[in-house]
Amino acid sequence: MLSEIALYGAIETGLIYGLVAFGIYISFRVLDFPDLTVDGSFPLGAAVAAMLIINGWNPWLATGAAVLAGMAAGAVTALLNVKLKILNLLASILTMIALYSINLRIMGRPNVALLSEETVLTPWYDLDLAFHQVPVLLFIIVVMICLVLMWRFMKSETGLAMRATGANARMARAQGIATGAMIVLGIAISNGLVGLAGALFAQSQGAADVTMGVGVIIIGLASLIGGEAVITPSSVLRALFACVIGAIVYRLAIAFALNADVLGLQAQDLNLITAILVTLAIVLPGVRSSVASKFTRNKA
Amino acid sequence: MISASDLRLTFGKGTPLENPALRGMSLTVNQGEFVTVIGSNGAGKSTFLNALSGEVMVDSGEIIVDNVDVTRLPTHKRAGMVARVFQDPLAGTCEALSIEENLSLAIKRGQRRGLTAAVKKQYMEQFRDSLSSLKLGLESRLGDKMGLLSGGQRQAVSLLMASLTPSSILLLDEHTAALDPKTAAFVLELTTKIIDEQKLTALMVTHSMKQALEVGTRTVMLHQGQVVFDIQGKEREGLEVKDLLGLFEKQRGLEVDDDSLLLG
Ligand SMILES: Nc1ncnc2c1ncn2[C@@H]1O[C@H](COP(=O)(O)OP(=O)(O)O)[C@@H](O)[C@H]1O
Ligand SMILES: [Mg+2]
Repeated sequence: MLSEIALYGAIETGLIYGLVAFGIYISFRVLDFPDLTVDGSFPLGAAVAAMLIINGWNPWLATGAAVLAGMAAGAVTALLNVKLKILNLLASILTMIALYSINLRIMGRPNVALLSEETVLTPWYDLDLAFHQVPVLLFIIVVMICLVLMWRFMKSETGLAMRATGANARMARAQGIATGAMIVLGIAISNGLVGLAGALFAQSQGAADVTMGVGVIIIGLASLIGGEAVITPSSVLRALFACVIGAIVYRLAIAFALNADVLGLQAQDLNLITAILVTLAIVLPGVRSSVASKFTRNKA
Repeated sequence: MISASDLRLTFGKGTPLENPALRGMSLTVNQGEFVTVIGSNGAGKSTFLNALSGEVMVDSGEIIVDNVDVTRLPTHKRAGMVARVFQDPLAGTCEALSIEENLSLAIKRGQRRGLTAAVKKQYMEQFRDSLSSLKLGLESRLGDKMGLLSGGQRQAVSLLMASLTPSSILLLDEHTAALDPKTAAFVLELTTKIIDEQKLTALMVTHSMKQALEVGTRTVMLHQGQVVFDIQGKEREGLEVKDLLGLFEKQRGLEVDDDSLLLG
């Protein structure tokens, strides 16, 4: 059986990946923009927050700066695509690779420890809660705030314009929507959320590491797809809940799998397992969307 | 008023597939005119409409809408003046969004979009009224996903969306061609009704010469990226399809068979 600490640990990480899944929901689902920038913007958020914290910044301000850094990274990817007409996937790989260097520059070394620093979690440890429950409580609050904001945004005039951009760009333009601007805004918000996730992850793990972004995209996708399997995303609200539930269920499943000795799995197998799961999961929606695209292709 | 003068556009310039789609296309449409556009396949009808809406940029020439030079403006900046219905019934609406969300997108065509809720209570009466005029029972299905509707229903909603807010010109590109005959007749009737009632200025491409003469106030024929004839008023009254063919032959001095024009 899973220990209580491992259980809370899985939920804590799941909540952080819920934020990543929100970001991936915007890029992959709302805008239909396969964005791999997240593998770079996650450690970017961690690096920015960690460096500002060790330089004495208020941890919430440092976290806010991490969000802005993530948004800037996302905007770069989107601009490479929209302005320079670079294929979206390639544009995101370019930014991701560039961020590896940038993250090393920001930190000046491959990792930065935060163990003795004041983080966003510090004041919460004064609450009458077990040590491992504190991050879960704080992250539930953060994730719920983000969920409500995302939901309200997606229902707003601008959010609806963004959804139309991803669903039918030609129709969106005909309605007067600046689709290029919508892509920049959406991919920026997406990576801002991932930057937030990176910043919180660094603070809860007590370190930022330049390699901590490897596979974030795949884990985020696994959460998104898994969540959609559990909760049919028939509305924006359901889709957002699916992101969070998917991420938590995914981390719990991984924790159980690693815990079950009979399987003989080790932590380093995680990316392989995730990749296989995502491949399997993509087959179904993949068939569906390729059928759908046959019906939606525009004829001039 | 919308005025296009000497529009030229070549696709694939400098490649073996170089294709001059517009070759000095000029047309002025006055306020309240309903122009039907005919021409064989590849004559440049869709390209002309795309040039007017901004979906393609012309190489040279000038497009003036209500005294504004829009020649270099992208689609989204012209959208307030130019309303469109596409040939593909799936192209004009978003199937993943609900009927009310599609209409709410359209009611803000060409206007700034903010952070207030997109679907507003105060729109509902207008939405229900216009939907009930379609007599398709859609007024009670505002929350349904657009994807649940048939092609004809979606095209009818596309028409509503295009006429929800005022525009300087409504562009219809063979918008009934993909529908079965009965639905096509219904959508065409709806089109003429909306254009009449709202006194819209419209440009409608049709593949049927008969239809081109039956509806609208003026008919133009395109051929090889130019207007070959333009008839209205007395000249147009009582004209039949065979007269149109005769006109075309006289203009171009060449033989055309009925089919190649009808299939455009
Ligand atoms: N996007 C495009 N790229 C290259 N050629 C095009 C494109 N769109 C149209 N054409 C060509 O331009 C010509 C005019 O096409 P179009 O305007 O669609 O004709 P119509 O609508 O009158 O049938 C055709 O020869 C067509 O093949
Ligand atoms: Mg055409």
